[in-house]
Amino acid sequence: MDMKRGYYEDVQLVTSPVVFFWLVVLLVTLLLFPFVVSNYYVYVANYIAINIIVAAGLNLLVGYTGQISLGHAGFFAIGAYGTVILMAKAGMPFLLALPCAGLVAAGFGFLLGLPALRLEGPYLAIATLGFGLTITQVIGRMTLFGGREGLHAPDLVIGPWAVDTDRQFYFLLIGMTVLLLLGMRSLIKTRVGRAFIAIRDADIAAQTMGVNIVFYKTLAFAVSAFYAGIGGGLYAFVLRFIEPEIFTLMMSIMFLAMVVVGGLGSLMGPVVGAGLLCWLDLKLRNILNIPFLGDWLETLSRSWFSITGVSNIQYIVFGSIMVAIMLFEPLGLYGVWLRTKQYWRTWPF
Amino acid sequence: MTSDFLTISNLFISFGGIKALQDISFSMAQGEIFSVIGPNGAGKTTLFNCISGLYRPDTGSIRFEGTAIEKKKPHAIARLGIARTFQNIELFSHMNTMENIMLGRHIHMGTGLFRGMFMWGRHSFAAREEIRHREHVERIIDLLELQNVRDFPVGALPYGTQKLIELARALALEPRLLLLDEPCAGMNQEEKQDMIFWIKDIQDDLGITILLIEHDMKLVMDISDRVLAINFGQPVTLGTPGAVQQNKEVRKAYIGEEEQDGPSAVG
Ligand SMILES: Nc1ncnc2c1ncn2[C@@H]1O[C@H](COP(=O)(O)OP(=O)(O)OP(=O)(O)O)[C@@H](O)[C@H]1O
Ligand SMILES: [Mg+2]
Repeated sequence: MDMKRGYYEDVQLVTSPVVFFWLVVLLVTLLLFPFVVSNYYVYVANYIAINIIVAAGLNLLVGYTGQISLGHAGFFAIGAYGTVILMAKAGMPFLLALPCAGLVAAGFGFLLGLPALRLEGPYLAIATLGFGLTITQVIGRMTLFGGREGLHAPDLVIGPWAVDTDRQFYFLLIGMTVLLLLGMRSLIKTRVGRAFIAIRDADIAAQTMGVNIVFYKTLAFAVSAFYAGIGGGLYAFVLRFIEPEIFTLMMSIMFLAMVVVGGLGSLMGPVVGAGLLCWLDLKLRNILNIPFLGDWLETLSRSWFSITGVSNIQYIVFGSIMVAIMLFEPLGLYGVWLRTKQYWRTWPF
Repeated sequence: MTSDFLTISNLFISFGGIKALQDISFSMAQGEIFSVIGPNGAGKTTLFNCISGLYRPDTGSIRFEGTAIEKKKPHAIARLGIARTFQNIELFSHMNTMENIMLGRHIHMGTGLFRGMFMWGRHSFAAREEIRHREHVERIIDLLELQNVRDFPVGALPYGTQKLIELARALALEPRLLLLDEPCAGMNQEEKQDMIFWIKDIQDDLGITILLIEHDMKLVMDISDRVLAINFGQPVTLGTPGAVQQNKEVRKAYIGEEEQDGPSAVG
C-alpha cells in the first residue's frame, strides 16, 4: 500500500499523461473544428455550447443538490434580455454586461431559492414552473424589454475585435464554455460542492456536520441561475434577435431533459446530454428528408395522423429516443461515458 | 471536574400525544463517558436530536460550555463543537469514504464559492485547503483502520464499516462533545471489541467528551463513567454504572428485557 499519497491527485484534473493527451486532442479539435466544417455546423456547435452551459448549471441544482427546476428558461431569458439591455441602454461593453446579467439571473435564482427551501419534489417543480412562465409574461408586457416585438442584439465588439460571424463567435463561446465547465468541476470537487452533494445524499447528517442548508440550497439556485443567465446572454448573439416567445416552458423542459438524459450528478452528463438533444432537435426538424425513413414516416403520418401529424412527427421520434435512453441506460449517457472511458483509459499508449 | 460542560435542565418534548421526553435533567463533566440507557422508544434518540438541534424542545434548556443551544440550528451547534453519529446510518452514499470524512472538515475549511471555482493548479487556495485537510482526514483513516475502503463509495460497504465511517466523519469535525447513538448496534463481537477500544482512545487520547447510547449492557457498564437510565421519556436513575445496575426499576424495565431479546434490540 502506498503510504504517502499526493492528495492533490484526488482533486486534480490532469491525473495522468493519458488524460493530458486527450485534453490536448480535445482542445486542438475544438480549435480546428470551425475551419473544417461548413457554416451551418459552426452554428450548430454554438447552439450546443450554449445549451451545455445551461445544462451544467441546471445539473448543479438537480443532479448535485437534489432540487428541481422547470423554470430555467426564465433565468435564460433574464440573461438574454439583461445582456442586451445593459449593452444597448446602459452602454456597457459585452464582457461586463454578460456577467452582470448573469448576476441578475443569480439574484432571481436566490429569490426563487427561498420558497424552494420549504418545497420539495412536485411542489418545487410547480413553483419553478410558475416562475418561468411569469418571467416571460412580464418581459412580454414591458416596453423596456421591447414587449412582444422583441429586441435586436447590438453589435458585438470586444476591444478591437468585432465579433460578427458565427465562426468568430464560436471561439468566444468555446472559451467561455470551457471556463465555466472547469469552474463547475472545481466547485464540485471542493468544499462547497461537497456540501451540495451532502445535502442531496443525507441532509440531516449534512446539517449536523455544520452545513447550513438554507445557505447552500439557495446558493445552488443562484449559481445554477447564473449559468443559465450567462447562457441566455450568449444566446442573444446567436439569434441576434430576442422575443418572449423563445423562452417557453418547452425550453425549460428541454434543459431538464438534457441533464437527465446526460446523467444526473456527473460532470460529463450535461455535455453529452446537451450535445445529443440539441443535435437530435436540429436533425429531426428535417426528419422527412432522411432517405427511406423520411418517406416511411411520411406515409405513416398521412395514413394515421391528422393534417398536422407530419410536422409533429419529429417530436414523436424525439420523445421515443428519450424514452429508450432512459429505459436502457438509467444512469443516462453518463453510463455509456463511464464504460467508454474505461475502455479508452490507456489507449493509444 | 467542572460540571458546566453540558447541562440539560427540565427538558420536555412531545409529538402529538406522545410525551417523548419529560423533565430530563443532567449535567456532564468534560472528559467523561456518559451513557444513556433505556428500552426501545424510551426517548434516547430524541434526546440526541434535541442536543444536536434537529428537534426544538417544548420547554427546558440545554447549555453547552455556557451557551444556550436549545434554540440554535444544527449547523450552528456543530460549529460549537458537537458532533454525532446516527442510529440509522446517515452517510453520503454516493461519496467515497474520504469524501464523507472530508465533509466533517466543512467548518474548518475556508474555500467559498469563488475560490472553490478557481482551483487552478496545486498552489491555488482551494487545492492547498484540499491537501491540508485530506492529510488530517488520512490520520483519522489510519486511526480507525479504514485505509482499505478509502476510495470506495460508502453505499456498498458492510454495515460495520459504515458505522466506523460515521464515527470518522464525526471525529473530523474535531468535536469537544461527541454523541454516539448505538455505535455497536448490528456489529459482531469482534467489531464491538474494536469499537470499545476506539471509544476509549477517543476519550483518553483525543480528550473528547462522549455521550453514548447503547443497548449492550455489558459494554455500557465497562466503559461509562456515569449512566442515565430513562423509560417512557422520564428519568429513572442516574449514577455510576454499578449503582444504576443495582437499581430495581432498571433491572425490571431494562435488564429483564435484555435477557429476552438482547442482541436483537437494535431499535
Ligand atoms: N419526529 C417524531 N415524530 C413523532 N414521534 C416521534 C418523533 N421522534 C420520536 N418520536 C417518538 O418518541 C418516542 C421516543 O423515540 P426515540 O427514537 O427517542 O426512542 P429511543 O429511545 O431512541 O428508542 P430505540 O432504542 O428504539 O432507538 C417514540 O415513541 C417515538 O415514536
Ligand atoms: Mg434510538
